[in-house]
Amino acid sequence: MAELGTVAELVEASSPTAAASAALEVREVFVELGGRPVLEHANLTIDHGELVGLIGPNGAGKTTLLRTILGVQRAVGGEVTVEGRPARPGRTPIGYVPQRHEFAWEFPISMADTVMTGLTRQLGLLRHPRERHWLAVADALDRVRMTHLAKRPIGQLSGGQRQRVLVARALALRPAVLLLDEPFTGLDMPAQELLSELFTDLAREGRAVLMATHDLASALYTCDRIALLNRTVVATGAPSVLAADTAVWSDTFGVGENSALLRILKAA
Amino acid sequence: MSPLDFLANLLNPDLAFLPKALAVAVMSSVVCGVVGSFVVLRGMAFIGDAVAHAVFPGLAVAFVVSGNLVLGGTIAGVLTAILVAVFSQNRRLKEDSIIGVFFVAAFALGIVVISSAPGYAGSLQQFLFGSITGIPDSDLWVVGITSLLVLAVVFGLHKEFVTISLDRESARALGVPVFGLDLTLYILVTLAVVISVQTIGNILVLALLVTPAATARLLTDRLGVMMALAPAIGALSALVGLYVSWSWDLPTGGTVVLVLTAAFLLGWTLGPRHGLFSRNRQRAARAASTHAGGVPA
Repeated sequence: MAELGTVAELVEASSPTAAASAALEVREVFVELGGRPVLEHANLTIDHGELVGLIGPNGAGKTTLLRTILGVQRAVGGEVTVEGRPARPGRTPIGYVPQRHEFAWEFPISMADTVMTGLTRQLGLLRHPRERHWLAVADALDRVRMTHLAKRPIGQLSGGQRQRVLVARALALRPAVLLLDEPFTGLDMPAQELLSELFTDLAREGRAVLMATHDLASALYTCDRIALLNRTVVATGAPSVLAADTAVWSDTFGVGENSALLRILKAA
Repeated sequence: MSPLDFLANLLNPDLAFLPKALAVAVMSSVVCGVVGSFVVLRGMAFIGDAVAHAVFPGLAVAFVVSGNLVLGGTIAGVLTAILVAVFSQNRRLKEDSIIGVFFVAAFALGIVVISSAPGYAGSLQQFLFGSITGIPDSDLWVVGITSLLVLAVVFGLHKEFVTISLDRESARALGVPVFGLDLTLYILVTLAVVISVQTIGNILVLALLVTPAATARLLTDRLGVMMALAPAIGALSALVGLYVSWSWDLPTGGTVVLVLTAAFLLGWTLGPRHGLFSRNRQRAARAASTHAGGVPA
């Protein structure tokens, strides 16, 4: 059973090789769905403390890449390593925040208990949460600034609050890597801004954060780095550098030079 | 008949089948209430119905060869669940269509099998609509032990069931065995159905699985409370239903289900927060505060 510590401790306590290796490394990953290649030669490296935006058109393989990193989607070829070790479900603490609509919000459960389900596997069969597990939950809720709503049934939360519960659940394991799938969808600007701030803070504390998003403007504004994905990682770089290279964007999205997308880039 | 007379009848040695029927009905209700909570929360009512139908050929075979009904029903239910799980791997058809194909097929098979038994019309009616007579002592043991087993598994795997019910993808990412837990839940539903079929009947058993849990959901936002309320509502309804059916000579299964439905309607009308009246009250409160606040600028 992995020890629960702060992320800083976790990073320090990792094997000596971890200091040298990136938090998350996706190497030459190849994935097929129903016999069709969805990802080919996908390469992506994320360091501790980095917030990376994963951007690409619908069907580009964003969710597939996240699922492959989590280990729930089998890769035909290539390798995913977390701190230098191969990623495996249940073994590697990767925090996963799914799209909001994939969660059963009508389930009668409090926020704190929802966050505790992030530790189900770590607790093990027939085990009840002990004090340190509740401390981890309290910590996670504190991290997303939702402690005051810990006992609130999840069905009564707003969209932004729901996104925060999902983040807190992912944080309960105190993961070094955090994956976010479309966290901004359906949220108003104030809620989006609060979340962006939170994601930046989470990265600054030493986590590697990878966020799939369709929200170009906030990705360009918030992320340290952007990775453009269409079947493979087409390009990656700092937002300011990448935004200047419109060719690579029209290539990734298959749009013409008068596209609104490119105009947003020029404005950014 | 007054409740006191009913109590006297329950204690009357000449009517020994009556307390046995009550015991089986109450145990079934408790198990169905607990398992049914997950059926309701996961939107599995159709699967519950399917399992209820799927156990029928097993009951029929067990009846024809004079075997153990619980065992026969369980085998048939689990086999059908596995068939559905396997055939659902074909992505062209959704799971509900596969269930639609197999549960009617299983039920049809049951009818064909039981028709080969002598005097089958009577036994068919007993299976479909339940009966309070003719429960052997051995069934009390089988039902009791099965109930304890089902409850132990539900409570033992509680946090795992909650985790996969909230969101399967994250559960998989955590390394929680989603498919195995799903199959376990289907088997628990099957066992709950099988022990209930005797008294309540094959057609009506879905009500025992769904109605008390749905009623409990109307009354609370907490899973623990729901899983305590559902079996309580089920057991009380079974008791009242048996009393009413015994007093007025009505079919037991049908009466119990009608009592359950009455409890559900009561919960719908009077429930806190969700209930009809409280909704009206909230609307009235909102209207009042709007008026008090005056016209917004």
